[in-house]
Amino acid sequence: MDPVTTLPVLLGIAWLVPLASFTLILLFGPRMGKHGQGAGVLATAAIGTSAILSLIALFFVWVPAYDWAPEHHAAHAEHGAADHHDTGHGDAGHDDAHEKDAHGADEHKAEEHKTADEHHEWRKPYVAGEWYTLGQFGKLRIGISYYIDSLTVTMFAMITFIATMIHFYANGYMHDELHEITDHEVTLSNGHHLHRPGRFHRFFQYLSLFCFSMLGIVIAGNIAMVFVFWELVGICSYFLIGFYIERKSASNAANKAFIVNRVGDFGMIIGLMILIATLGTFSFGDIDTDGDGTVEPGIFSLVRTEANNHALVVPDGMVRAAAASEIAAGVEPSAEQIAKWRAETGPGGIGRTAYWLLIVAGLGIFCGCVGKSAQFPLHVWLPDAMEGPTPVSALVHSATMVAAGVYLVGRFYPVFTPETLLVIAIIGCITLFIAATIAIVAVDIKRVLAYSTVSQLGYMMLALGVGGWSAGMFHLITHAFFKSLLFMCSGSVIHAVHTNDMTKMGGLRHKMPFTAYTMLAGCLAIMGAGIPFMIGLSGYYSKDAILAQALSFKASNPQWGFLFYVAAAGAAITAFYMFRLWFMTFAGKPRDHHAYDHAHESPKIMYYPLIVLAVLAVVVAWPFWPVSIVALLEQARPEGFHETVNGVLVSNLTHPAEHISHEPNFHNQATWVATFVGLSGLGLAIVFYGLSLLNPAEVARQFKPVYTFLWNKWYFDELYDYLFVKPTLFVANRVAEFDKVVIDGIIDSLAMLTRMVARLDDLSDRYLVDGFVNGLAAWTYATGSKLRSAETGRIRQYVMFIVVGTVAMFVLISLYIS
Amino acid sequence: MNLLTDPVGITHYLIVGAILFVTGAVCMATKRNALGVLMGIELVLNGANVNFVAFGSEYLRPGVLGIGLDGQLIALFVIILAAAEAAVALAIVLNFYNNHSTVDVDRADELKG
Repeated sequence: MDPVTTLPVLLGIAWLVPLASFTLILLFGPRMGKHGQGAGVLATAAIGTSAILSLIALFFVWVPAYDWAPEHHAAHAEHGAADHHDTGHGDAGHDDAHEKDAHGADEHKAEEHKTADEHHEWRKPYVAGEWYTLGQFGKLRIGISYYIDSLTVTMFAMITFIATMIHFYANGYMHDELHEITDHEVTLSNGHHLHRPGRFHRFFQYLSLFCFSMLGIVIAGNIAMVFVFWELVGICSYFLIGFYIERKSASNAANKAFIVNRVGDFGMIIGLMILIATLGTFSFGDIDTDGDGTVEPGIFSLVRTEANNHALVVPDGMVRAAAASEIAAGVEPSAEQIAKWRAETGPGGIGRTAYWLLIVAGLGIFCGCVGKSAQFPLHVWLPDAMEGPTPVSALVHSATMVAAGVYLVGRFYPVFTPETLLVIAIIGCITLFIAATIAIVAVDIKRVLAYSTVSQLGYMMLALGVGGWSAGMFHLITHAFFKSLLFMCSGSVIHAVHTNDMTKMGGLRHKMPFTAYTMLAGCLAIMGAGIPFMIGLSGYYSKDAILAQALSFKASNPQWGFLFYVAAAGAAITAFYMFRLWFMTFAGKPRDHHAYDHAHESPKIMYYPLIVLAVLAVVVAWPFWPVSIVALLEQARPEGFHETVNGVLVSNLTHPAEHISHEPNFHNQATWVATFVGLSGLGLAIVFYGLSLLNPAEVARQFKPVYTFLWNKWYFDELYDYLFVKPTLFVANRVAEFDKVVIDGIIDSLAMLTRMVARLDDLSDRYLVDGFVNGLAAWTYATGSKLRSAETGRIRQYVMFIVVGTVAMFVLISLYIS
Repeated sequence: MNLLTDPVGITHYLIVGAILFVTGAVCMATKRNALGVLMGIELVLNGANVNFVAFGSEYLRPGVLGIGLDGQLIALFVIILAAAEAAVALAIVLNFYNNHSTVDVDRADELKG
């Protein structure tokens, strides 16, 4: 099958099916089956269709079309840089992607062969194009376009598959919503609990929209379209986190998620503005948009030109923007002049300003990702988002929302300068450590998982930031599997014991074995368990890759070595809190007998997806499959990231090429470290919670300040309350007072004045104008009254008048004539 | 000019017409009886008729007019009109009498202002 024509169709349909489901449920939801039960079936069928289409696209279109095994970038790296890739394979991918896409690439390719040395002949295969143009404003073109590479296809398969599992699960979990519901957490003013109709259909309606939005981000071919779907994801999460909208905590959490994300999106808009002002295009890939046979370069090609062997170069547009004053002064911006300007990278030079533009654009985009992926300092919304129903948490925390931020960093990778990447790495590092420490003391089962998600997202950002593109993306995908599994297991537990509090659980493995052991698989996967150098669960591979890359980064940048140590420590903490959770929930003796007695295994529709996901969490990352994720991701590696890159502004900053991390001295070391820290975390958890050799409460008392600090989540909420909420409220109150006193005063006195003028006007109208008119009328009346007495009605008198009048006339006339 | 000595001319006719007219007018102005008023009207009209006939007479004003019959014709019209008017007026009087049992015109003052 021709991938250039089939992929957009397959993935396009897979993308739109959830939208259709959303529309149908929106219109006919409550009438679908009994109590809207059909809505769940429809949504599940829709996302299931998407999943099937995505898997077809992956296994029957992409894999056969792009002859792969591009392991040459990874596994064979140790053979040296010169011969570490297979020219034939690379060319096949390139030809398929570019010729079939009608890119008119003949001269394009010829040129490339001339300019690029053998080392760079490998071209990343991708399919880009436009479905529909929304508008063309000068050079700027906004449309619904697609950019499909192996990352897109893999993400599609992952998202739709996990979403399908979650939909199945949600059909069971949301069962209560089919009937009238009495919400015991909401007390009305009359002292009764809230009684409301079930909202089963609405839940699936939002779930469908959520999937549609997320798939839209992944398939989007330009950054403007990404932004649109980015916001759609935001609003869906708002709806779903606030699903129990009557609960104050839920509506607050929804608001918090939305507002915190706005902060990040503000930065993203700045990034977008820089890109559009300097590059004039939003498109990722090179598309022949106007149909004249020449290809308009996208952002990636502008930033990493072929002439420059895909190494990062400040685009002409940014140089021109930086040299605006010189151009205004009359300097001709010729190619040579731009090159000269670009070379001025010293302090105050034009080239440096242009480079800063590139950094700020990258940081702006990353700012949006910080909000969406809950990175420090905007991580505070994610734990609160636990107020939503558990299937939503599973979806938000694995395949959608938070994955969007990491995905966008991965997608936008070519635009990030080494300095930007360093910022990303540091942010990721801080996030992973803060979140992991908070997770140690949390007792709400979902909050532990939420902080674990934040921490794992920090890992991904760290990996991306230290140059481990495929390590970060790999962890995104493996994490999606085990995190959705863990959340669904916790949902199953909550469903059974009706509480989130782990201190009321214990011993539940006897009651719900499926949940307990699938969750154990999830815990082992997230901890990265495995037999070193032989086989492991999915987390074992991805976490090893991250640690190896961090280690490799440390070797080339010793001053940033702490990134590796924090990541390693974080791995130990991860293992500790995950097994703390498992032991507290499933092992030991029941702490609350009432809850324990009522506990029961969830229905089949809930634990079958758990089993499927548990199996996948174990096997999905195995490198011995014919189609391995790592190899797939390697195909999508951004061009220009196969080599080591150096920083410009920050001296001594080197991002080692990722294949270096596969060399034995890094890889083996990382594996040993990962295994050791994982086991030590696990051991601690067993000591504290498994065998109860040490009493956690005792330790908490010993380290009271630390415990309180962690218990209060590093006081972030208080800090933000103090820094932002309180001042905002203070200013708002002052402004309100100003409004009430000054503005209202002015308005009120204006109104008084108007009233006075109106009253005067009224008086003049009533007495002056009316007086005149009435006076005239009265005078006319009086005259008439006086005249009427002349009309006596006596005929003789009239005759007398006539006669006398006639005589008088005659007399007068005769007098006049004479 | 002495009217008593002069031969009868147009002036004499005009004096008779004027006397008739004034008599009629005084009759209209003084009579309370509606029939008397009507008689006064007749007198006024006939006074006018005398003037018309006198002015239109070939004998009295020789050579002034071509045909010499127009005065007489207008007098005839006036007579016809007077008859018609008398018929209408008498009908009104009759109705007035039916309503008020009198023909006193001073009682007909319902339209006074």
